[in-house]
Amino acid sequence: MNIAAISFAHVGLSHYLIVGSILFACGVVTILTKRNAIGMLIGVELVLNAANVNLVAYNFFGHGGTPDAPRLDGQIFAIFVIVIAAAEAAVALAIFLNFYNNFASINVDDASDLKG
Amino acid sequence: MISTILFYLFAILTCGSAVAVCVSGNVVRLATALLGTLAGVAGLYFLLHAEFLAAVQLVIYAGGTLILIVFGIMLTNRLAYQLYTPRRAERGLAVALGVVLLVTLVTGILSTHSPQGSEVHPPRSYPIHALGQALLGDFLIPFELASVILLVVMIGAAFLSKRRVRKERGQ
Repeated sequence: MNIAAISFAHVGLSHYLIVGSILFACGVVTILTKRNAIGMLIGVELVLNAANVNLVAYNFFGHGGTPDAPRLDGQIFAIFVIVIAAAEAAVALAIFLNFYNNFASINVDDASDLKG
Repeated sequence: MISTILFYLFAILTCGSAVAVCVSGNVVRLATALLGTLAGVAGLYFLLHAEFLAAVQLVIYAGGTLILIVFGIMLTNRLAYQLYTPRRAERGLAVALGVVLLVTLVTGILSTHSPQGSEVHPPRSYPIHALGQALLGDFLIPFELASVILLVVMIGAAFLSKRRVRKERGQ
């Protein structure tokens, strides 16, 4: 690992990837440590944002087109990720509301009816 | 020069809010910190010349998904706005896993040959009409599938969140 290869004055692809990996690690830790179902959902949003940062950064630094007509695949992917994230949040919150109405709790450890 | 300063500003906002999400003990603060992360990521999109995506991020994520999460918090917390604290061993394990993940990813990023400086031609801007043509041209089928998914999700969420009292077991 050569830290000298990364310069602080010239922001390149590595900088964005490192921001993305910090977001991803924070998201995973959030999913694992929170017992509130909505906290876990927020962790999932962090992970999806990390993926989006990577996609857009790669699309900027490594697109296959010319500077005047760049290819847009990474951005399109990111748009679909945002759409799917919105859909996922809506369904997850509907499930949490249903769970809360039945159990009067939002703690994921209380959802143990199917436990053998 | 200004873009470098802006990058570090948005990166610190993003990562600081993400760490705040990790360590926060209150679910409302969690949602507020998520707003900081989403705004910082939108700023990074602006720096990457993805203006449309930055606007979409602010409108749909910060304006839609986050409001949905805040409504979820308000509707599901009758008592205190609490997180249920996990056991100490679980928390230690999770933090260890996160640190290992982060170190592995950063080491991998730094050790791979970064393409910066070598035959990279960053685009001057992304023409918005090209984005629209790509969505309705090359990516038409995923686009239509996304609309079907949104319809299914709308119906499913309305059905799931209908208030039904669970019947007692054994009756």
